Amino acid sequence: MLPFDFDYFKPDTLEEAVELFQYLDHNGKQPMFFSGGTELITLGRIDLAYTEAVIDIKEIADCRVMSLNGGQLLLGSTLTLTEIEETNLFPLLTKTASEIADHTARVKITLGGNICARIFYREAVLPFLLADSQVVIVGPEGKKAVPIHEIFHEQLLLNRGELLVQTITESRFIRAPFFAIKRRQQWETGYPLITVAALKIDEKVRVAVSGLCPFPFRSKEVEIALNSGQSIEARVEAALRVLPRPILDDVEGSADYRLFVFRNILTDALYKLEKERI
Amino acid sequence: MEYSITLHVNGEERIVTVRPADTLLYTLRKLGLTGAKPGCLNGDCGACTVNVDGWPMKSCLMLGVEAIGKKVTTIEGLKNSPIQQAFVENFAFQCGYCTPGFIMNCQALIEQHPDADDQTIREWLESNICRCTSYIEIEKAVKSVLQRKE
Repeated sequence: MLPFDFDYFKPDTLEEAVELFQYLDHNGKQPMFFSGGTELITLGRIDLAYTEAVIDIKEIADCRVMSLNGGQLLLGSTLTLTEIEETNLFPLLTKTASEIADHTARVKITLGGNICARIFYREAVLPFLLADSQVVIVGPEGKKAVPIHEIFHEQLLLNRGELLVQTITESRFIRAPFFAIKRRQQWETGYPLITVAALKIDEKVRVAVSGLCPFPFRSKEVEIALNSGQSIEARVEAALRVLPRPILDDVEGSADYRLFVFRNILTDALYKLEKERI
Repeated sequence: MEYSITLHVNGEERIVTVRPADTLLYTLRKLGLTGAKPGCLNGDCGACTVNVDGWPMKSCLMLGVEAIGKKVTTIEGLKNSPIQQAFVENFAFQCGYCTPGFIMNCQALIEQHPDADDQTIREWLESNICRCTSYIEIEKAVKSVLQRKE
């Protein structure tokens, strides 16, 4: 139960959702798009999130798309992580998503909700960063497809009243060899320490990371180092020297420990993906 | 601000007055269905798990109004099902507070994946916490029902 009241709206179309947001925003209702809604419910309970109007977009048809044809994979933003796992159209995404929260929670958490989350892990974005995907955004200015690298810098940079509708990914990326691992402080449950997703395409390794810095990232400098042709260990050390900063240093793990774990994960990833070359 | 909604719970149409900000857990308990237990209220412990359209759902993570048009099953709706029997036969609980949530998660697993392998069983069961540590017995209970179905 949330300690504040809000109005609940469930529009049928994107146009309706966008217009509703503008109307409610104009009337000072601090509207919020709501998909899985887990972040509003959990943060709202402890006064870290607030709204006077919830716009539930989870049944809008454009946001429910899941199709693979014409060489493109379309995934709607309100698909739940469980739906994505069970269908398994993008194995790297399946593997990465299957480590988020726990199984029952993933029945509620949606793809768009995770990518747009306030909590900084946002692991579901990693496969899309690796695959140079496009994201479809709708807002007061209409609908547009944007390369993810133009709009995702630490977080998805949506303007007020815009929402994520779909991701578009070329099928050659979803068939590429990949590596994905999540390390926690202890055992199989709890908050992540580091999540790494890697993919090999055109004989080059790509790497995207969550939990090392206070934002998920894919770094051109890191990938240049990892594909430089030296020994795996030398490439990993070179990659560590060009990491974005700051390195997280908190109760889940010190900065030094995170770098230690990351070094080992990167090494494992390269050994696994190098094997794919043989 | 409250209004009346109709929910489909345990095979019956139930009318209940809710605030849009009320969770499904709170809404169900307002209906007198207290089998789903409030635990962490944060989606971590699984004590409040019910089934929505055949899938496990932490009812503290869902608003009551989101359940309109869905089929909700709580522990009260199972009525001596095979998984409940299996929990008894395998001593799969001690204090019992987490039991309804575990049973509803197991029930959904049995329905969705009647051929679940060990990895799938563990992945699903990681969603619930038992502080009395009956994990081995719970795993035995769910496996005994899956084997009966084979």
